[in-house]
Amino acid sequence: MALEMMMSGPDYMRDPRKHQFSPYANNGGTSVAIAGDDFVMIASDTRLSRGFNIFSREQDKVFPLTPKTMMASSGCWADVLTLNKVLQARLTMYSHEHHDMMSTTAVAQLLSTMLYWRRFFPYYVSNILAGIDEEGKGVVYHYDPVGHMEKLTFSATGESVSQIQPLLDNQIGGLNMLGVKPPTMTKDLARQLIHDAFVSAAERDINTGDGIIIHTITKDGKTEETVKLRRD
Amino acid sequence: MALEAINGVSRYHSKLDDLGEEMVIPEIGNLKNQYQLCTPDLPKSECQIGEFLIDETGRKIKLNYAHGTTTLGFKFNGGVVMAVDSRATSGQYIGSGNVKKIIEINPYLLGTMAGGAADCTYWERVLAKQCRIYELRNRERISVAAASKLLANMVYQYKGYGLSMGVMIAGWDKKGPGLYYVDNNGNRMPGNVFSVGSGSIYAYGVLDSGYRSDMSDTEAQELGRRAIYHATHRDAYSGGVVRVYHIKEDGWTKITEEDSKDLHYKYAEEKTKRSQ
Repeated sequence: MALEMMMSGPDYMRDPRKHQFSPYANNGGTSVAIAGDDFVMIASDTRLSRGFNIFSREQDKVFPLTPKTMMASSGCWADVLTLNKVLQARLTMYSHEHHDMMSTTAVAQLLSTMLYWRRFFPYYVSNILAGIDEEGKGVVYHYDPVGHMEKLTFSATGESVSQIQPLLDNQIGGLNMLGVKPPTMTKDLARQLIHDAFVSAAERDINTGDGIIIHTITKDGKTEETVKLRRD
Repeated sequence: MALEAINGVSRYHSKLDDLGEEMVIPEIGNLKNQYQLCTPDLPKSECQIGEFLIDETGRKIKLNYAHGTTTLGFKFNGGVVMAVDSRATSGQYIGSGNVKKIIEINPYLLGTMAGGAADCTYWERVLAKQCRIYELRNRERISVAAASKLLANMVYQYKGYGLSMGVMIAGWDKKGPGLYYVDNNGNRMPGNVFSVGSGSIYAYGVLDSGYRSDMSDTEAQELGRRAIYHATHRDAYSGGVVRVYHIKEDGWTKITEEDSKDLHYKYAEEKTKRSQ
């Protein structure tokens, strides 16, 4: 005690110190989903980072939920894992109770409610949910961290959203062009757009890169494809 | 019994009982009781409940989706007109340009959305449920006054926790047209003309200059549309599609959904025609 007093003076001489509880980290990651008439594609980059530190070059951020639904999450990785664990538990309970998988529409609402449960201590995650709905059509739901949801046909989220979303708005939505009809979405076009979007994002965003994993969901099941990106 | 002893089923059960069900299944309280949200065991000053979160490097993380909005509603002799824009921003980024800021609670009740998008959609969804339960219990529709009070009481429970919403509840009941303003502070007031959001100052300007209680239906709808259009023009946080709804004795109808860009050229053309 006496030594401490000599080193730094009595406590009233010291500068005031403010303590902050910081449970969040930003681990980067970008996800894109595009829906077609009978399919939906959902992809994420595979880099996991914090600031300029790269933790992993092969972390898939798309999680399977049901045979017809997948969710891409990015943001605080700890929250991503927790949210996914809790959601998986609820889906398992549902399937035991109903002897059936939860519909994509129901999963979408459940996720929104789960996110809002933590309204005052939020999960720091950006989510996109992609799936096949009751009519067999591809759907995409976009979320904010506290559970506002929007049903869309295409969406980007995560670190590079501000670079990718305008590209998709233009190429799929036909926005900001006069007399141009939006294209009919095919698997080839969706794949090409996702590829281009991530290549461009990797060029300009330090937290996006390394690779992409593209998941395709159809009524027949799921397929997966890996594409390499810049690793610098 | 013998089988249980071999399989160890009884032991397994006792283990589970020791843990307690709450420990095994992660709690999501609002699935059973919508009013119950997770409140962290932290002093309020340490809770990250504002408009943004702070990460470990002290950087602000954008959180609330829809901030900055223009919504309006007014009563006149022909019922209630409600009009809204559709832009959702998080910081400088336009999160969406196509948000439905008029929430259809039931065929006779509408709610608007300003502030946190998640807050508005969540609580107005709970309100929709409560209004339906009221109908089933009392065999008559809930009044606008009662519906707005239900919402005000719900959000008042969380006063000081950082909810962000400024909503209008409008509808038609026994007393005729009804219009109430409710916000996260617990304010609730009836009125004839309301506008909420960052663009409300511009909307009020147009609204007040053109408002008469004896307007025709089309006049009233056009006034609402024009007020929102001028707000989208002057307020950077407002924009997108201008949606107009009209509530009459037989419930609400959606009147128009027009891109503010198209309205801009339409109004510009009318202006040049008038000056010729």
